[in-house]
Amino acid sequence: MSRTSLQIRPDGRLRHFLSIEGLNPTLLREILDTAESFAGVTAQSVKKVPLLRGKTIVNLFFEPSTRTRTTFELAAKRLSADVLNINIDASSTSKGETLLDTLRNLEAMHVDMFVTRNSVSGTSHFIASHVQPHVSVINAGDGRHSHPTQAMLDIFTIRREKGDDFGRLTVAIVGDISHSRVARSQINALNLLNTGEIRVIAPRTLLPANIEAMGVRVHHNLRDGLRDADVVISLRLQRERMQGATLPGEHEYYRLYGLTADNLSIAKPDVTVMHPGPINRGVEMDSHVADGAHSVILQQVTNGIAVRMAVMSMAMQQNKGEADA
Amino acid sequence: MPEQAKIHIRDGHLIDPGNDIDERKDVYIAEGKIAGIGNAPDGFQADQIIDAQGLIVIPGLIDAFTHLREPGQEHKATIDSECRCAAASGITTLICRPDTRPVIDTPAVIELIRHQWQLTGKTRVLAIGALTSGLRGEQLSEMAALKAAGCIGVSNAQLPLASSLIIRRAFEYAATFGLTVFVYPDEHSLSERGCLHEGPVATRLGIPAIPEASETVAVARDIALVEHTGAHVHFCHITTQRALRMIGRAKFDHIPVTTDVAIPYLYLTDIDTCNFDPNYHLQPPLRTQSDRDKLRAGLTDGSISFITSSHQPHEPDAKLAPFPSTEPGISGLDTLLPLTLHLADEGVMSRNQAIAKLTSEPAATLNLPYGQLATGAIADICIFAPEATWIVDNDSMKSDGKNTPFAGWEMKSQVRYTLRDGQVIYTSEEAFQI
Repeated sequence: MSRTSLQIRPDGRLRHFLSIEGLNPTLLREILDTAESFAGVTAQSVKKVPLLRGKTIVNLFFEPSTRTRTTFELAAKRLSADVLNINIDASSTSKGETLLDTLRNLEAMHVDMFVTRNSVSGTSHFIASHVQPHVSVINAGDGRHSHPTQAMLDIFTIRREKGDDFGRLTVAIVGDISHSRVARSQINALNLLNTGEIRVIAPRTLLPANIEAMGVRVHHNLRDGLRDADVVISLRLQRERMQGATLPGEHEYYRLYGLTADNLSIAKPDVTVMHPGPINRGVEMDSHVADGAHSVILQQVTNGIAVRMAVMSMAMQQNKGEADA
Repeated sequence: MPEQAKIHIRDGHLIDPGNDIDERKDVYIAEGKIAGIGNAPDGFQADQIIDAQGLIVIPGLIDAFTHLREPGQEHKATIDSECRCAAASGITTLICRPDTRPVIDTPAVIELIRHQWQLTGKTRVLAIGALTSGLRGEQLSEMAALKAAGCIGVSNAQLPLASSLIIRRAFEYAATFGLTVFVYPDEHSLSERGCLHEGPVATRLGIPAIPEASETVAVARDIALVEHTGAHVHFCHITTQRALRMIGRAKFDHIPVTTDVAIPYLYLTDIDTCNFDPNYHLQPPLRTQSDRDKLRAGLTDGSISFITSSHQPHEPDAKLAPFPSTEPGISGLDTLLPLTLHLADEGVMSRNQAIAKLTSEPAATLNLPYGQLATGAIADICIFAPEATWIVDNDSMKSDGKNTPFAGWEMKSQVRYTLRDGQVIYTSEEAFQI
């Protein structure tokens, strides 16, 4: 079965949300527009809408997460769904129950949606292939493959900052592309919206093979990559990559690839600085940049709730419609 | 032992590339051997006549480096199940890998395997012994004892050796006893935790990748050590064009190395894995289109000696997980003959060359007394209907492992009879209906 048919219904609507790949620009913009309507809800004093009342959503996380899990939980609650958080230590599943058994057990409790995160690429795709027809799956990150709601909230944030014409934008992504599901999803989403130029900036040890084939321009020099950029996205560098065979250490990384006010000055004067969090201050970027006027890092978090509400409600509304029919 | 039946195979089209036979001739079998070809030996009285009109008669197939899962993983398959499947697939000799549980590092395990296949009485099983004790890669195994027990060579399967020094010593020690070393070329530190070929597909899917260099680095190092030690090394299931080029060059320089290629690498590429289908999860991984094309070319330019199925049967659960968490390998016995013959249909080589890659050439490379139809030879024979077709699915596959990326493919050619040591070990239902 192709990924397209797995996450999109025959009528073109969302069934699961697994990856940006396989979506079309129309659907992508529909998600953004729906999120825009929910952004108003989250700003009100009564922050709830009754769209998913009576539905049960399980946050099934096999990897630690604070930000993503919390915003998914808030999004579900603001849609009036019942939410269950299940954090499973990946090491305990390897000893006992298989993933499919875990899934079947939860399904037996009449769950309507799974929000899943797992360190193994392809997990959400696997889960979506095996759930019952009325259950939807939202990918909250699978290995290095995909983190589509993060990419959507980044796109949403860029659109709010820069307007809807992505064709005139230059977006630079700095950091560990190789191990990043966020970068892959961002690149796919930016390409779907015909972004003018997408650059990745990193040493070769942090770039996967043939990354150009995903439609990006590669830079190894930070200043070359930042030149005239409209948006700069810095990625988190995992601690374990800072030493050993991938990088000599955080000191050299910061010196070569850390965002500072000085090297940002080569980008457009109104450059927007983003980061999916959590930030290593003094490694990926200087605190003045993280907290500075160009930074929209906290808006990204806020926007994450509206975007996740949009995706959840779109996938679930279809289910409701089917039940009525 | 009761006297064996005398068998007359009548009116079949004989093809034995090893002896340049390609014509309609009768075959006469007595006492487990081929007693005559074309003309009956004096006084030959057949106990059984096999009507092979419209069928092709070839030497029984030899499939090297298979997983039979016994001892140790009988929930996946057993020697009994896989020997029955092999017999039904025209295979008369299976060579099993040493990474059973326990591993084949003592004569007792070899004895157990021999006992099991003889009990079933179908395809014969030969064993490859462990290169190091417990396959741990540190201490040499008792190779002399393994050879005396019947091992046809030694290998560390896909497990790494501790150092280049251990590799050198293992080659030297094996060469002392004239044992071939079967090497799965893989520089472990480069491939560890990977499960897809390093390239655009792995990058797109974010799946930990195995670079081409994990194979080429190992081949380059081992060729250097073969030159140094004079051991005969066979590289199992080569997958990359660059490693193949090095092996071709080494053969040209008369360095004693050989190699084979497994069926999936002759048909599939990394692009086939783009939907996370675990049936395409192989170790080593499927490579690029260009690698596949060069491997096909290697079949006729002398660099690749024979074709294997790389048989690795699994229970369904082994493939029921996200792609990287699944167990690698395909179940390949059922499709070995039709997919090899199909290479002739695709113009890769002639039909006779294709047959040689499963019979005379593995026999010659592995120094086995099988794989030919000459008078006096051991009567291992496969008789198949060249135009019969069947679809690969759970019902048609006879292996206990149903894990195949070729499900749904139409296969042309179907085995009707298989004989091993002059005994009929398989007769198809269609043959009974005649």
